[in-house]
Amino acid sequence: MNINATLLGQAITFAILIWFTMKFVWPPLMAAMAERAKTIADGLAAAERGKHDLELAEKRAAEILRQGKEKASEIIAASEKRATEIVEEAKTQAKAEGDRILVAAKADIDQEVFRAREQLRTQVSAVALAGAGKILGREIDAKAHNELLDKLVAEI
Amino acid sequence: MSAEGQTTTEYIQHHLTNLQAGEGFWTFHLDTLIVSGLLGLIVFGTMWLATRKATAGVPSGMQNFVEMVVTMVDSQVKDTFHGKNELIAPLALTIFVWIFAMNAMDVIPVDLVGWISGLFGIHSTFKLVPSTDLNATFAMSIAVFFLIYFYSIKVKGFGGFTKEVLFSPFGKFPLLIPVNILFRIVEDIAKPISLALRLFGNMYAGEMVFILIALLPWYLQWMLGAPWAIFHLLIITLQAFVFMMLTIVYLSMAHESH
Repeated sequence: MNINATLLGQAITFAILIWFTMKFVWPPLMAAMAERAKTIADGLAAAERGKHDLELAEKRAAEILRQGKEKASEIIAASEKRATEIVEEAKTQAKAEGDRILVAAKADIDQEVFRAREQLRTQVSAVALAGAGKILGREIDAKAHNELLDKLVAEI
Repeated sequence: MSAEGQTTTEYIQHHLTNLQAGEGFWTFHLDTLIVSGLLGLIVFGTMWLATRKATAGVPSGMQNFVEMVVTMVDSQVKDTFHGKNELIAPLALTIFVWIFAMNAMDVIPVDLVGWISGLFGIHSTFKLVPSTDLNATFAMSIAVFFLIYFYSIKVKGFGGFTKEVLFSPFGKFPLLIPVNILFRIVEDIAKPISLALRLFGNMYAGEMVFILIALLPWYLQWMLGAPWAIFHLLIITLQAFVFMMLTIVYLSMAHESH
């Protein structure tokens, strides 16, 4: 158990190993690990960014959906309004048409009545004349009494 | 038990003798040099291969393993040492990995190498565990000691370093200066000695117990050998970790003023 020149040999080996580790083992490993750490950090940051983007996109989608719904309800409201308007218009038109037809029909009826009355008057006067003629037993000169008869007709 | 005709004492002696070459101080423990050198070559070569193919993408198994060790060492260094020093982290990694590899030789059965070399007709002594050789542990602790002084003087300047030796831990009073210097000497000598002896003591004792277990009849060896080997796995890792941690602590102390 004596100290001897082996110590020097061991020291030299030790020195070589330290130098070797310092030069060839430590730096590349550290570099690789640092790079990996950076890659992982970058990946995490990218994931975070992606999550953020997704959130934004979801928000935007919700906004667009909301807008679309709003527009749709607007359109529905407008169309309903328009439909009511059309119905109202149609009603008004129909009423106007009805009135017009009514008026025309009334005019027709008046005309018919007038005509019928004219006819009736003429016939009545004829009947009256005939009756009078028969009652009087003689022919009344139609021409002579036309004026009188017309007056009679007008009175009926 | 290995060769026949050995007494128990001879057997133990045989296992505690290094394979030597040279005379006096210029004796080389060939087994320590060769085994630690080979381990360094294999372990650091493997780590180098792992780093050569290192990618920033998904790491392969080997790279992953090396990265785990490196990350462990790096976080220990960052927890303890707050200055800027390119050397400390690789140094700590070297110490941890190399000591771990040398200690790990302890779990190889004590007679295996002798048996294999015996097959080739070689019957020399061979200590497989380099960290049971004081030369190996002192080589590292003395290197750490020199680094402590190098960085103390480099960071604080020669003046600052001298001031620290003269005036701490007790203060500037002139009469206290010799006491301060004495304390400093004791403290600084204690660092490498305790580092080296702690590792050596643990490993030597562990190896000793393995040798004693090997003296038991073969059908009883597992009863003690298995628990001790399992427990020793903990010691192997722990001692490598302790040596590394203390090195980091000493070096970070060298960077800070008292």
